[in-house]
Amino acid sequence: MNVSLHLWLIPLLPFAGFVLNGLLGRKLPKALVTTIALLAPLASFFAVLSAALLAWPGTGAGPVLVGLPHVETYGTWINAGTLHTDFTFVLDQLSLVMLLIVTGVGFLIHIYSAGYMAHEEGYWRYFAYLNLFLFFMTVLVLAGNALLMFVGWEGVGLASYLLIGFWFQKTSAADAGKKAFIVNRIGDFGFLIGMFLLLANFGTLTFSEVAQKLAANPAWTGGILTATALCLLIGAIGKSAQLPLYVWLPDAMEGPTPVSALIHAATMVTAGVYMIARTHFLFDRSPLALTVVAIVGAATALFAATIGLVQTDIKRVLAYSTVSQLGYMFLGCGVAAYSAAIFHLMTHAFFKALLFLAAGSVIHALDGEQDMRKMGGLRKHLPITFWTMTAAVFAIAGFFPFAGFFSKDAILYAAFAQGGLGIVFWFIGLVTALLTAFYMFRLWYMTFFGESRSPDIHPHESPWSMLAPLVLLAVLSVCGGWIGIDRFSNFLAPSVGEHPLAGSAQLEIGLSILAVLVAALGWFIADRLYRKHPDSPARIAAAVPAGYSLLAHKYYVDEIYNLLIVKPILLTSKFILEWVVDFAILGGLAWLLAGIAQLGGAILQRWQSGNLRSYAAWLALGAAALLLFVLVPWTSVLAGFGIHVGMVGH
Amino acid sequence: MSHLFQQQVPLSLYLLLSALLFSLGIVGFLIKRNLITMFMSIELMLNAVNLTFVTFAHQWHTVFLQTHTGPGADAVKGQIFVFFVMMVAAAEAAVGLAIIIAVFRARATLAVDRIDLMKL
Repeated sequence: MNVSLHLWLIPLLPFAGFVLNGLLGRKLPKALVTTIALLAPLASFFAVLSAALLAWPGTGAGPVLVGLPHVETYGTWINAGTLHTDFTFVLDQLSLVMLLIVTGVGFLIHIYSAGYMAHEEGYWRYFAYLNLFLFFMTVLVLAGNALLMFVGWEGVGLASYLLIGFWFQKTSAADAGKKAFIVNRIGDFGFLIGMFLLLANFGTLTFSEVAQKLAANPAWTGGILTATALCLLIGAIGKSAQLPLYVWLPDAMEGPTPVSALIHAATMVTAGVYMIARTHFLFDRSPLALTVVAIVGAATALFAATIGLVQTDIKRVLAYSTVSQLGYMFLGCGVAAYSAAIFHLMTHAFFKALLFLAAGSVIHALDGEQDMRKMGGLRKHLPITFWTMTAAVFAIAGFFPFAGFFSKDAILYAAFAQGGLGIVFWFIGLVTALLTAFYMFRLWYMTFFGESRSPDIHPHESPWSMLAPLVLLAVLSVCGGWIGIDRFSNFLAPSVGEHPLAGSAQLEIGLSILAVLVAALGWFIADRLYRKHPDSPARIAAAVPAGYSLLAHKYYVDEIYNLLIVKPILLTSKFILEWVVDFAILGGLAWLLAGIAQLGGAILQRWQSGNLRSYAAWLALGAAALLLFVLVPWTSVLAGFGIHVGMVGH
Repeated sequence: MSHLFQQQVPLSLYLLLSALLFSLGIVGFLIKRNLITMFMSIELMLNAVNLTFVTFAHQWHTVFLQTHTGPGADAVKGQIFVFFVMMVAAAEAAVGLAIIIAVFRARATLAVDRIDLMKL
């Protein structure tokens, strides 16, 4: 028996919020704007919850009402030739987990935003965008085919652009928005090519049909599947800020902090991971593509973590940490441990959203100060922020029994159990874990410990609307991993397939002890450098100036991109496109056409003499010519010249 | 009946007269400067055409009576058309003369060469 879950409600409710606040918000009282903006995601969350409860296998005493995957089709979208695309939403284990994260964490961040953005000019605009984001994100997650997913994919990009550039009067914010959008376009291009390849080779964009065709042909491996998977990977790299397209994410921190928490940490940037898990059947058939995913993930994880070591802006540290953690998820996907990757996605959504929100609380308390060198000693002033942040720091560092421990461990274990190249990935992951622990405790110490470095500021704890989400997320950051990777992957197995690991329980325990020890080492080093000997970081930086400046300047990647890509494109636009193509060719063509028209006009003008008799003469001449044409027997005249006209055969 | 027909002025003479009148009209229209004279030339052309209509209608009526019995509307179409033309010509004359009078009042001349204000 199958009943409708009304999945359409999940995206449509936030969309209604967007429409109401977007159209009327300027005139509505603030309380009403807040009510609409908060009710929309809450209702959406309840819609997800009710769908989850209905679909949950074996919760009720009776038979299962709704089987997963549950497909709902709302009509045909495109029907052209062989291309047939429906508005189809699919609820399966994977999209269910994702929806719970998106709407759940999304709702908490909405509450937080109500406090954080309370004094902003465009309060209604902010919430309209935020609801719009939830709409597109849920469409992305629920989409049953690649094209509908692409709609959500582009839509979240739009929402991200709008929210990064929320303070558009600030040039840096407007530029960051543009950068995010343009860099994402590169990835989207790959996604599009991937879709074309899917369509050309499978004749369908529906995920389940592609999976069926692949299952029916076990011999298909590599080749075109690798190409398709790699193109999709490019899309995922753009959206999830992996090497080499990660550059937009640190700049995206120009947006309001809750936006960073929701879009650029917990949900949107994980869309790439979700997409790989959603199309895992393609990646499974292409060992090469999987290896590339793992290499990208491992390289990004390490690369971003090293940059994170020396950043001084609290949000930038978290941004690079996000890039690094996303690299972990890619690494998980790359070793075919999709459930581990999604598990890490979930715990990361909890603790990274919490880190950002807590950082936002700190920034709020310090009236917008983001430089950690001007913080310090905030533990006493912001006790709740401090304790929730502590939970998040321990979670991301991977200490038992915090959430990050379980998920990070699952990925590292899956990498190690793969053997071969997997051992290298595991080692990179372990080093990254060390760096992660170090820079997170560095942030922790610089912000909350020691003496205040800005004595003239009097920090104040944030309002309850901001603290309540912090506390809830802190609880999730502590307990979120207790479900355990085994139960989690059993649950996800119908969606992402079974991928048995070659390891053993002893190995897993050994590896996790090692990972905790490494995290403890990172903590220890941070403790030495930033609490016991606060002057030592400067001395170390002075000892290796080249290395320090390389990291502080983020490996000069922005400068290199600027030199190699942005400048040449701008120069080409200026000199070739503007001057040659636009001015010379197109402009010349326009001038030529205008000249011809003018000349023709000047000649023909002479006809319009205004002399009535000349008009009459032309009229008579024309009539005479017409008469001549009708009366003269042209056929015989022409025949006299030896020209024969007329129908063939006559 | 047939000998009566043969006694009549031949068709070609009617048409020749008509062509002559029409040409006179055209030439008059082209060479005269006075608006009223030009207007009269137009009337001349119209009536030349009318003459052709009548001629052919009469011819056709005769042939029709030889091959058919009883009256038929086709036989008088040409005659009817002449009335149309005369009617339109009358209306045109009324409007045209009114315009001419208005032009004369405004400009105190009817020489078409001087009435070229519409020229660019």
